[in-house]
Amino acid sequence: MAGKRRVVVTGLGVATPIGLGIETFWDALVQRQSGLRRIQTFDPSGQPSQIAGELPDFSLRDFIPKGYRKSVKVMSRDIEIAVACAYHAVTDAGLKTKCVVERGEAQGEPNIDSRRFGANIGAGLICADLTELAGALNTAVDEQDRFSLTHWGTEGMSNLTPLWLLKFLPNMLACHVTIVHDAQALSNTITCAEASSHLAIGEAFRTIARGDVDVSVCGGAESKINPMSMARPQLWNRLTTDDNDNPETASRPFGAKRRGMVAAEGGGLVILEALDHAKARGARIYAEMVGFGAAADVHSWSKPDPAGRGMSLALKNALADAGTTKASIDLVTPFGTATIEHDAAEMTAWNDAFGAKLAEISALTTRGSVGNNGAGAGAIDFAATVMALYRNTIPPSFNTGDLDADCDFRFVQNDPVDAKISQAVSLGYALAGRQSGALVIRKFEE
Amino acid sequence: MDRRIVITGAGWVTPLGHDLESAWKRMLEGQCAVAPTTLFDAKTFPSAFTAEVRNFSLDDFVQKNVEAHREGSRNARFALAAAVMAWRYAGLDSDLGLDPTRVGVYLGGGEGPINFQPFADAAVVGCRNDQGQATPLDAPRWAQNALQMLDATCELEQDPNMAGAHLAVHFGAEGPNLNTLTACAASTQAIGEATHIIRYGDADVMISGGTHSMIHPLGVTGFSRLTALSTRNDSPQTASRPFDRTRDGFVLGEGAGILVLEELEHARARSANILAEIVGFGSTADAFRITDIHEDGRGGVAAMEAALKSAQLSPGDIDYISAHGTGTEENDKIETLAIRKVFGDHAKNVAISSIKSMIGHLIAAAGAVELITCLLAIRDGVVPPTINYENPDPNCDLDYVPNHARKMPVRACLSNSFGFGGQNDTVIVKALED
Repeated sequence: MAGKRRVVVTGLGVATPIGLGIETFWDALVQRQSGLRRIQTFDPSGQPSQIAGELPDFSLRDFIPKGYRKSVKVMSRDIEIAVACAYHAVTDAGLKTKCVVERGEAQGEPNIDSRRFGANIGAGLICADLTELAGALNTAVDEQDRFSLTHWGTEGMSNLTPLWLLKFLPNMLACHVTIVHDAQALSNTITCAEASSHLAIGEAFRTIARGDVDVSVCGGAESKINPMSMARPQLWNRLTTDDNDNPETASRPFGAKRRGMVAAEGGGLVILEALDHAKARGARIYAEMVGFGAAADVHSWSKPDPAGRGMSLALKNALADAGTTKASIDLVTPFGTATIEHDAAEMTAWNDAFGAKLAEISALTTRGSVGNNGAGAGAIDFAATVMALYRNTIPPSFNTGDLDADCDFRFVQNDPVDAKISQAVSLGYALAGRQSGALVIRKFEE
Repeated sequence: MDRRIVITGAGWVTPLGHDLESAWKRMLEGQCAVAPTTLFDAKTFPSAFTAEVRNFSLDDFVQKNVEAHREGSRNARFALAAAVMAWRYAGLDSDLGLDPTRVGVYLGGGEGPINFQPFADAAVVGCRNDQGQATPLDAPRWAQNALQMLDATCELEQDPNMAGAHLAVHFGAEGPNLNTLTACAASTQAIGEATHIIRYGDADVMISGGTHSMIHPLGVTGFSRLTALSTRNDSPQTASRPFDRTRDGFVLGEGAGILVLEELEHARARSANILAEIVGFGSTADAFRITDIHEDGRGGVAAMEAALKSAQLSPGDIDYISAHGTGTEENDKIETLAIRKVFGDHAKNVAISSIKSMIGHLIAAAGAVELITCLLAIRDGVVPPTINYENPDPNCDLDYVPNHARKMPVRACLSNSFGFGGQNDTVIVKALED
């Protein structure tokens, strides 16, 4: 397309079960850490799967201006994670946003024009705080001690805080992030489950390339660590229930003995920026964004196409968009949910798109370390992929020692491997809904 | 030369009917679909009325695989019906040999309505000890019961991306498939972004729009707690009164609006009937407060200006504005202010209406349904009214096409959608000119 601007990655911010901040996360990945454990956020007994990837403790006060502290009480966990990621991303990028200036961490005026600063943040189906909501519902029971809408209308609902709904609208991640950092340009919220991050980053890439914004904070965040969000995938038998006694090794992407996914929380927001804008402010450039492809399965809306068509098409579209071929890819980052059927379909898709070449390319998956972080998962994968390319280092993929016989991914097992990586591809897909998105990055050269 | 994008099909499921022409006719007659809520017992709710979709059956629209599609949420079923209607309007229902990888879906689909009764029952059970006494939520007790009481399919179908997934399967659309959920701006945003997907070249045809029903106990509760809803329980038919001085909040509606967007040459090659061209899109964030719109209408102004700029149109070129016009005190005042700022002297001359006065607020689906009225206004040379307009408000002093539809030539229309959290989206459509 004529006049298309070049887009680069200049900042990475992640919140993962193995660490917050890109450096901490990367070190933990290299050290083969697991962020999975018995759930501590609530009492998980009663749930068939009692393990999860929970974030290390953090204080939101470290990530917002003092004047915004009162807003914390209307943030769901998903929003908190996005706000944490955004701070890490803008500071990593050296952007002096309103937040950074108001926190006194940079002198002078913001070095970014709010009217050219956008957001594209993937979000999940945010779950209501069950303790708060159930407690309120329980105040509206009739004489037979059963829930009554009549009672709910007259007095029950007033037990919910007036701003209750605003905690759970998916666009509130972007809302809080754009307020905190004063990003007034194009803002979007992609809600395609686990595919959300890839699609949001891809869409942000397009908004910069076509000139609507110069900088976008993009990615995704979600928490599945609450009783309701744990229950949902269990109704579909997607969570491993055999690993409550060995949480650290429960998530086995593409494993011969994979038994299902491990629910998790987390996310990542990255800074994409027009190349000329990045250069003008002397920004560090991690990588260039060169390809985005999206597609969907048409086989079923709830289960993967065993032929992996949608995922394969997304990969092919991304390669074509990047103007490259599979022969020029040095690293692949599959999603690796670790359920039997999803991983099988994903392996088929990559084989379809890459053929015999796949077995020659290095691969990376974070799922064994961090679990399934929902709408935030893809951004964590993308950040890891960018770091690998930038550092010329392929980190080990924790817990991939015993792979499915059909698996052709070449994961690193122990020590990180030095390797010159010029191009890499990362894939995300929605377990249900079956949307897929793939992103291609390239080592930056003038 | 940039690829141009036209609209070749439109379909909707609205509280005034689920047929494109008859619902349009009812809107032009100024009919109102607001009535006491029947989908659940809302008699004691602060706002006991809504604009519901009535007598809807998916079977009237879908035959293939309909048993399975029926398990979709209300959102997915509405979207399927509207999309089938749009597809047919576009003349795509006969096999034209479309490349399925070049057909995509971009919806502003809401979260599916919660399966409320089992959820509430499980919550109550979870807040009881062994003696049956009330306690704070006991998570293990809740889980043991909830996993028996909740329905797997209902839970899965609540994911906001599921409606678009049903469409992909039904139409065999293998191209890009996205769902945005930017609250009340979602479907306008979806249409704007879908236009860019075609323009960039990632697809030739996009099925785009929105679908949403929040007419369930928690949806109404959420808006009631925000005091966003009209509480005119003694007169539901006059409760939705955008721009009227006595407005007291919006009325919740439900439904879907779906468009077929198509690259111009692709449409011409098959001699498609072209409703209009999508010429402008603007999206901004207020970045102000989570609860309030910026008092100067900053984000709305920027969205309209961006849309006009991308359309290469000046305010004087716009004949009709389909307003967001929710009927809340704040929205209508600030939207009017924003239109005044963008349109200057022309603000007084442009016809503005809010069909929310007749069908309520369809939340994520609102923008798509409203944009369809713009297409029909261009096609038929008539704009729909803002009904229930009785008392002029000094803060809302523009031409809102009060109470009666107006015959007038319409070439270019601007449609606004503003969402909670300061989300602003504007799309401009225009009669196709060479």
